[in-house]
Amino acid sequence: MANPNGSDNGREPIIEFRGVHKWYGDFHVLRNINLAVGRGEKVVICGPSGSGKSTAIRCVNRLEEHQEGDIVVNGIELTPDVRRIEAVRRTVGMVFQNFNLFPHLSVMDNLTLGPVLAQGVAKRDAEEQAAELLRRVRIPDQALKFPGQLSGGQQQRVAIARALMLRPQVILFDEPTSALDPEMIHEVLDVMTELAQAGMTMICVTHEMGFARKVADLVVFMDAGEIVEAAPPEQFFEAPTSERTRLFLSQVIH
Amino acid sequence: MSTAPGCVSRAVVTSGPRRPPPQRADSAMAWLKRNFFDGIGNMLITFGLLWVLFETVPNLVRWAVLNAVWYTPNAEVCHAAAGACWAIVPEKYRVMLFGTFPYEEHWRGVIVIAIVLGLSVISTVRRLWSYWLFVAWIAAMAVVFVLMLGGVFGLKPIETHEWGGLPLTLIMFVGTVVGGLPAGVMLALGRRSTMPVIRALCVGFIEIIRGLPLVTILFMASLMFPLFLPEGMTIDKFMRAQIAMAIFFAAYAAEVVRGGLQAIPRGQYEAADTIGLNYWQKTTRIVLPQVMRIVLPSMMNEIIRAFKNTTFIGIIGLFDVLRATSTAIQDPTWVRYSIEAYLSIFVLYFVLCFAMSKYSERVECDLAVRR
Repeated sequence: MANPNGSDNGREPIIEFRGVHKWYGDFHVLRNINLAVGRGEKVVICGPSGSGKSTAIRCVNRLEEHQEGDIVVNGIELTPDVRRIEAVRRTVGMVFQNFNLFPHLSVMDNLTLGPVLAQGVAKRDAEEQAAELLRRVRIPDQALKFPGQLSGGQQQRVAIARALMLRPQVILFDEPTSALDPEMIHEVLDVMTELAQAGMTMICVTHEMGFARKVADLVVFMDAGEIVEAAPPEQFFEAPTSERTRLFLSQVIH
Repeated sequence: MSTAPGCVSRAVVTSGPRRPPPQRADSAMAWLKRNFFDGIGNMLITFGLLWVLFETVPNLVRWAVLNAVWYTPNAEVCHAAAGACWAIVPEKYRVMLFGTFPYEEHWRGVIVIAIVLGLSVISTVRRLWSYWLFVAWIAAMAVVFVLMLGGVFGLKPIETHEWGGLPLTLIMFVGTVVGGLPAGVMLALGRRSTMPVIRALCVGFIEIIRGLPLVTILFMASLMFPLFLPEGMTIDKFMRAQIAMAIFFAAYAAEVVRGGLQAIPRGQYEAADTIGLNYWQKTTRIVLPQVMRIVLPSMMNEIIRAFKNTTFIGIIGLFDVLRATSTAIQDPTWVRYSIEAYLSIFVLYFVLCFAMSKYSERVECDLAVRR
């Protein structure tokens, strides 16, 4: 197996999976996952549906619980201890496939709710920060609208801004463009690319191979609950070592 | 525009300008024919219904309006008339509206009715929804209880067993909703709790209350509950009925809220988790606002039912509007006009219930805009 521990460029790992296993009932959904993500690294995880890639990143902020092995995030090992989970969630932002914006709150309130309630940031400061982030995701004039009034691409950019509000050290993207109409995918990918260039640590589950090639430091291919291949994009796309990887690539790259 | 023949864009260009949808030409005759006389079956139904209306409406109008007596202090006048005797209402309205409340203190009841109805109307203006409205309700409830109980500011003390009529009905209703709704929300949350003991308690409570008729619960509160209390300790009948009503409402409200909770996608909880909200922040800021919007129509249904259920307290000897009315018509000179008295009370109930239903419709529309 090629480089199962992720890239070894000497950067301090901020997320580490060590021998992680997870079952849904009897179904073995994660099998011996080992992966280290360094600070500032961008990791793209791809693989067929049902391969456990979403489950893997959802374990990072404990939306899913793993049953065996260790996951360490920013030096904190994830256990059922609620304080640890909360500490990890303060470090990790997340963007979902279906945006999961709060439909009853304005864009501004969607952004400020977390910092104001969970971190005790003054409402005024949070609003300033939100306005700044909305400029950064290029929707500065939508702050007072409700999510239902925005296009999918705009909603997903709001979701990215919301994740950034807590000043996370890592952002997890769970198929961020899969629910979007084709013409909106690039506006979201552009924002993500900018974020990557600004040095944000990212783990991104996606089928956008162009994005992986351009942005990723490491591309991970998962199938049937295990990491089959993990390599820098040049190597991953040009010279995959595994037959399963080659088959997958031939299916997703037209 | 010059376009090469056979070019695809030509078809698009020639598809024409935007225009309004076609109007359906519809004369009154055509409309009548389409809706009432379309075929032999519909014609039979139309004529049949017309015959029924022709047979009933004139009689009703004669009785209720043309031959009715609207005002007289003398029951003999009604006796002589062929129509309805609405005069019983001006004659007996004090007893109907205030029941056993001491006669010379009825003005206090009037103020209570004005406060509750007035504040309800103010509460329907969405622009005024704020923390202050909540404070206003708390303050109003304090004023209501001071007025009803008396004993301070030189007001003559009135015990709760003397309360009656519309003030009692309104207080019972507001108390039921204000007490029962939060309890129902807590029960619904408890029913979905991950803690088995809490979940079992909530499920048990809801199912037991839902499995019992309101009358039984009221009887238990009124007759059995005092037997369990330690010697010398009493809770008065009004409070017992109030608690019973609130509990009954809570069990049903809980099931309505549970339905709403199930409609909230898991992603909403997860998003709230990832931005660091704790359980109560998540529940009060993310989940419940969306739940309340979803369940508004069915919750309003329960609230209106709770209002009508206040008539049950007559069974355990409290004089709500309906019971007060049946007392008012005990007077032998007027007793034969009880139908008119009851009809007036039905109108009162209908107006209040219909207002609530219309109000909930409007709130639904307001909230739908934001979706």
